[in-house]
Amino acid sequence: MKIRSQVSMVFHLDKCIGCHTCSLACKNIWTDRQGAEYMWWNNVETKPGVGFPTLWEDQEKYNGGWELKNAGKEPRLNLKLQNRLQALGNLFSNPSMPTMSEYYEPWTYKYEDLINSPLGDDQPIARAISRIDGKPIDIETGPNWDDDLGGSNIYAVNDPLLKNMSEEEKRRLFSIEQLFYFYVPRICNHCLNAACVAACPSGAIYKRAEDGIVLVNQDKCRGWRMCVSGCPYKKTYYNWSTGKSEKCILCYPRLETGQAPACFHSCVGRIRYLGVLLYDADQVETAVEVPDEQLVQRQREMILDPFDPQVIAAAEESGIPAGVIEAAQQSPVYRYVKEWELALPLHPEFRTLPMLFYVPPLLPVISSTQESGAQRTESDLFSSLESARVPVRFMSHMLSAGNDAPVIKAYQRMIAVRLYKRAETVGDVSNEEAAAALTKAGMSAGDAEAIYRLTSLPTHQQRFVIPPSSRESAIEQVQDPQQHKAETGFGRRQAPHRGL
Amino acid sequence: MLETILFIVFPYLAVILGVVGIIYRYRTDQFSLTSLSSQFLETDLQFWGSTLWHYGIIPTLLIHLGGFTLPRVMAALHSTPETLYLAELAGKVMGIMALVGAAALLYRRLSSSRIRAITTPMDWIVLVLLFTQVFLGMTIAFSYRWGATWFIHTVTPWVGSLSVFQPQTKYVTALPWIPKLHFLNGFLLFALVPYSRLVHIINFPLTYLWRRYQLVIWARRKAS
Ligand code: SF4
Ligand code: SF4
Repeated sequence: MKIRSQVSMVFHLDKCIGCHTCSLACKNIWTDRQGAEYMWWNNVETKPGVGFPTLWEDQEKYNGGWELKNAGKEPRLNLKLQNRLQALGNLFSNPSMPTMSEYYEPWTYKYEDLINSPLGDDQPIARAISRIDGKPIDIETGPNWDDDLGGSNIYAVNDPLLKNMSEEEKRRLFSIEQLFYFYVPRICNHCLNAACVAACPSGAIYKRAEDGIVLVNQDKCRGWRMCVSGCPYKKTYYNWSTGKSEKCILCYPRLETGQAPACFHSCVGRIRYLGVLLYDADQVETAVEVPDEQLVQRQREMILDPFDPQVIAAAEESGIPAGVIEAAQQSPVYRYVKEWELALPLHPEFRTLPMLFYVPPLLPVISSTQESGAQRTESDLFSSLESARVPVRFMSHMLSAGNDAPVIKAYQRMIAVRLYKRAETVGDVSNEEAAAALTKAGMSAGDAEAIYRLTSLPTHQQRFVIPPSSRESAIEQVQDPQQHKAETGFGRRQAPHRGL
Repeated sequence: MLETILFIVFPYLAVILGVVGIIYRYRTDQFSLTSLSSQFLETDLQFWGSTLWHYGIIPTLLIHLGGFTLPRVMAALHSTPETLYLAELAGKVMGIMALVGAAALLYRRLSSSRIRAITTPMDWIVLVLLFTQVFLGMTIAFSYRWGATWFIHTVTPWVGSLSVFQPQTKYVTALPWIPKLHFLNGFLLFALVPYSRLVHIINFPLTYLWRRYQLVIWARRKAS
């Protein structure tokens, strides 16, 4: 067994308030540069909605991710984008590359007009100008253009997830009394079977073995843009100014110094959890060569129990430092994903083994069954799951490749936790009812309490269990710093400017 | 005297500038090695221009290279009138592809303000020189036909003499001025490779054909 550690994430969607603080924290640190203005390494989408870039989930349009042929016997996994030979043939013009029209044209305003305009009867205005060629533009789209279902008859109706729903279900989704929406914050999933890594002709993208962060080596990137097409989540971006591809780096300079990534740290809803998962690297290929409905289960299986003595021994054997194993035992992500089975991967059917997991939001389930906004409590909460067919199906196409079972299980547990706490604190639910709900969801009162605590009252340290960066394996620790500096210098000596 | 400068000194200078420059740039500024693609900003003309250009020019360059290095093989390939005819036809088709492609790319750069915003003076120089080069090449192909054969008795021995450091200009001095200009422009372009975006030629990622899909790298261990 070859064990590796992966810094993984959980986003609890019930808690996201759609404030976009995370996006701005990221933008201010990493992408406020020429060529990167349009990039949102972290973005927050309204669902149902088209997302960013437009319709990114539609792989018939973008050809991202992997494709499984011959499921069952002799499965063959290929990049949906192209085979290796086609990659060389497509170097000169990438046929599946999203262009600026799928994102948006970055703009700023001509602020100096506010000051320099001649005296007149009208207020001067600052016109929008393109940040590419400086010409005035009419802003017709932007990041998060369909926020809060804005223009849903133009945008949200095109959500690729709605393909799987009947006309009646779609109608319900958009009828005023039953509509729901929720937010999906997205960053790079730092996948185990990353399509961006596989698609790069130059071999410039790699996974850091120590913590599993996927990075683009800016010196080796040659600007072929295959990662942009290959990533089904559209989380690599092409910098049109430097001619290099860039992506979320999970704030590794912060992680290495024990701080949570900026988007995690700044999250207002405290929806984000970060921690280590130990996984069996030998299973990476087999875990994605199964039919769609088994994907979630297989991915959970390859995540290993950090308390199992055999796993610990094997992890030490594979060179995982004791501190990281310890961090894995404290990991909130392990709790949510494996122990409680509440968190699910985003679009597992893309078969990249994403390591960012989402707890599905309960709100749509409840709101879609409520009549005229009347507050329903008691056991109706529980039966609501059966009548909330639309949101459950919507969620299962998003989080478990169309398989309702894992989504329903997660919901049952979340509802059981609610009933349990309701019985305890308000008392309008009887203890028997709460106990029955717990049994049906297959958990103990202790589990419910633990879920409640980690969901509602976690401290900063409980949300972010950052593994110690193993200084003993860092370069500067084994070499005299003066000598290392003399030999290679620290950092970049040339400004990363556009090449000749 | 002029002939010595044009057909001996200049080619040597160009090759030295090119080779030294490529090595220097590769070793000191990897960040600058990229395709500098602008497909993100404009994709329709880019597809036609870039595809036609590259699929036309790469085989053409390889055939030129074959003419220098394997003249006997190349001669054998068109030893009969039929094969010679075929070679001539193939050359022209690829040349026209490259010419149309370069024209499309030039037009694209001129017409789109977004593309102009990221165009450097060197980009213009290179694009115009490339267009000129293909234009000259096509002029030669149409007005001095059967180049596949006369190439091997003029250009090949001249380049061969340069490469063994016994330069002989006599093979090419008698040629008309259009082919001469084509040769000189070719060496000029070679000299410009490391000082322009042409440097992306050295990036061709052949190793992709056999490398492992997933790459996992340790800071201080060999990959496992
Ligand atoms: S989400 Fe996309 S960019 Fe991130 S690791 Fe996965 S394939 Fe690569
Ligand atoms: S900061 Fe947190 S709550 Fe706000 S949008 Fe981002 S993920 Fe949601």
